[in-house]
Amino acid sequence: MFSIVEKKELNSSVTMMKIKAPFVAKKAKAGQFIIFRVDEFSERVPLTIADYDREEGTVTIIFQKVGLSTNLLAKKEVGESIRDFVGPLGVATEYDGFKKVAVVGGGVGCAIAYPQAKALHALGVEVDVIAGFRNKDIVILEDEMKAVATNYYLMTDDGTKGEKGFVTDKLKSLIEAGNQYDAVIAIGPIPMMKFVSLTTKPYGIKTIVSLNPIMIDGTGMCGGCRVTVGGKIKFACVDGPDFDGHEVDFDELMRRNATYKARESEIAETHLCRMEQLGKELIQ
Amino acid sequence: MANMSPEKIRMPEQAPDKRNKNFEEVALGYTPEMAVEEATRCLNCKHKPCVSGCPVNVRIPEFIEKVAAGDFAAAYDIITSTNALPAVCGRVCPQESQCEAKCVRGIKGEPVAIGRLERFVADWHMANCEDTVVKPEPNGKKVAVIGSGPSSLACAGDLAKAGYAVTVFEAFHTAGGVLVYGIPEFRLPKAIVQKEIDKLSAMGVEILTDMVIGKVLSIDEIMDDMDFDAVFIGTGAGLPSFMGIPGEALVGVYSANEYLTRINLMKAYLSEYDTPIRNSKAVAVVGGGNVAMDAARCAKRMGAEKVYIVYRRSEKEMPARLEEIHHAKEEGIEFHLLRNPVKVLDDGNGQVCGIECLKMELGEPDASDRRSPIPVEGSNYVIDVDTVVMALGTSPNPLIRSTTHGLDSNRKGCLVVNEETNQTTREGVYAGGDAVTGAATVILAMGAGKKAAASIDAYLKTK
Repeated sequence: MFSIVEKKELNSSVTMMKIKAPFVAKKAKAGQFIIFRVDEFSERVPLTIADYDREEGTVTIIFQKVGLSTNLLAKKEVGESIRDFVGPLGVATEYDGFKKVAVVGGGVGCAIAYPQAKALHALGVEVDVIAGFRNKDIVILEDEMKAVATNYYLMTDDGTKGEKGFVTDKLKSLIEAGNQYDAVIAIGPIPMMKFVSLTTKPYGIKTIVSLNPIMIDGTGMCGGCRVTVGGKIKFACVDGPDFDGHEVDFDELMRRNATYKARESEIAETHLCRMEQLGKELIQ
Repeated sequence: MANMSPEKIRMPEQAPDKRNKNFEEVALGYTPEMAVEEATRCLNCKHKPCVSGCPVNVRIPEFIEKVAAGDFAAAYDIITSTNALPAVCGRVCPQESQCEAKCVRGIKGEPVAIGRLERFVADWHMANCEDTVVKPEPNGKKVAVIGSGPSSLACAGDLAKAGYAVTVFEAFHTAGGVLVYGIPEFRLPKAIVQKEIDKLSAMGVEILTDMVIGKVLSIDEIMDDMDFDAVFIGTGAGLPSFMGIPGEALVGVYSANEYLTRINLMKAYLSEYDTPIRNSKAVAVVGGGNVAMDAARCAKRMGAEKVYIVYRRSEKEMPARLEEIHHAKEEGIEFHLLRNPVKVLDDGNGQVCGIECLKMELGEPDASDRRSPIPVEGSNYVIDVDTVVMALGTSPNPLIRSTTHGLDSNRKGCLVVNEETNQTTREGVYAGGDAVTGAATVILAMGAGKKAAASIDAYLKTK
């Protein structure tokens, strides 16, 4: 069992949790992920590591309540435990020879973009962070990002905070203004990563994206997380989760990630029944 | 005088049209009367050919003699003197190509039902006896066992009995390896596997789950920082293969590993579990091994109306056990033999809507000594399915060998070991089971685990 030592609601749908997991904390690096399972009946769900503290033996995860398991996880409170927390899995991001990098985060993707910016900053790399959100109410990690970024650009779709526009608009204008980026690291919703990759492609700027496909084991044994990269099948769990954004088949990934959408809402209903049942048993 | 009936006593089974809708065990096991009667068919041959057919040399005629005499407890002791997992082996061993293939009674009729008798004895013991676990005197040495499938369980058991402090590191959230994620409940009830694991825990074996060795910890850290004196690697062959044909990334194409793991380990067939799985109407399983049969029979039980096996050779070349093929057919699985998929078809929304196959003919025998299939040009046809499961065989996972210095593997990714001792190319590190042989059987893996345990014991005694 893995206990929750800290919990914070970052906005109405995004939660931060610090989990006591010394083995994971000891080895974790930016770009790697964990797989959690809330209880005996839960799915195994991958989440990229947002931060870690080797001394404390804790790992921070930041997640959006989008499905059954993330909603179940968000209901857990400090002092409670979850059944499984495996990692660090996947290959850490490599920053070889980077001098100036643009880190692009979209929505909850900023939670995963943050450790990248932080790691680059620690290596003395110049980091421009472009963070995009739908509106001012869901902005997260602004102070944290500012602390590690050389320049921090906040974009909102509706202009209620920062500049109005998409992250791709800002990225394009920065490139056009003569910024020489050795790489762009883009983490966020699949369409955002797709369009960032399309934006950088004409300029030939190396673009790293972090993928989060459906996964079971995280060790290469199920192949559920396969993505087509450069026309070849790759397993995101062991070959990734980072890939060259110019090579990834994003449309296929989007379809694969929607495999259980219908099923999920169906399960959500039976799941509520289960929660009610559990509640009743506890009361009796 | 031996019972000269040319046929085995039939083992009761759930009716095919009933069992293909539930996950309960198919074969129901002998009653004591049936077991005694079957046991009297054994001729108790002096030269014991059956024993040489068993990878762990179970003293077969001796235990069967006890069964015939009604002394099931004595029979159990004889079996477990060389086989730690009789309830498992009695169910999943390919006896027809091992012990029973050598049985003298098999020359003029059916061999003695050695597997069914082994299962009977193990089940009888489980139902009627309390295991008294003797915690051995600790010898002060620590051994790490990586993985918790059959080779690891056998190795851990023998080492614990010899007084070693054994820690098992399992990557998944539940121990048991392929016995829990791969082999379905209706062939091997998970309660049986759990009992074996509980027995190890009672002997003092520590079982750590969620430990992906090669990621969470390296072999070097286990030996140098955590002071383990030796390591056994029993990580199996868990890497799935795909065909490399168009459409394999469509929604609705699974590896058998994923499909079976969702159903067996993560219990997608039980409503109280959240595990999602495709609600399939028609499923094509590609492959001809036991895993393919398991996947097909699971698909049927999950409610698919049509389930097809697509295999590129003929039934004669199928690597699956005869019993599994027979059971699958009884349950309504349709076989498309001498057929090879060339493309998985897209319904226009990225979902599977069919599988295009080519007819094949058998040519000359190939390297595996089986006649190799040759495509018949222009014979393409389509099977309408919404789900495809690829059961094409598996290979060892590279996670450990790629993170451990000095651990040699062959071109198939199998760890290289000394055949006498099962030691790898690194001192103090041993390996066995599918990680060494590539995908094989439970009993071979167990045999290798036992052999490695004996070698580890001999090695650590010299240290």
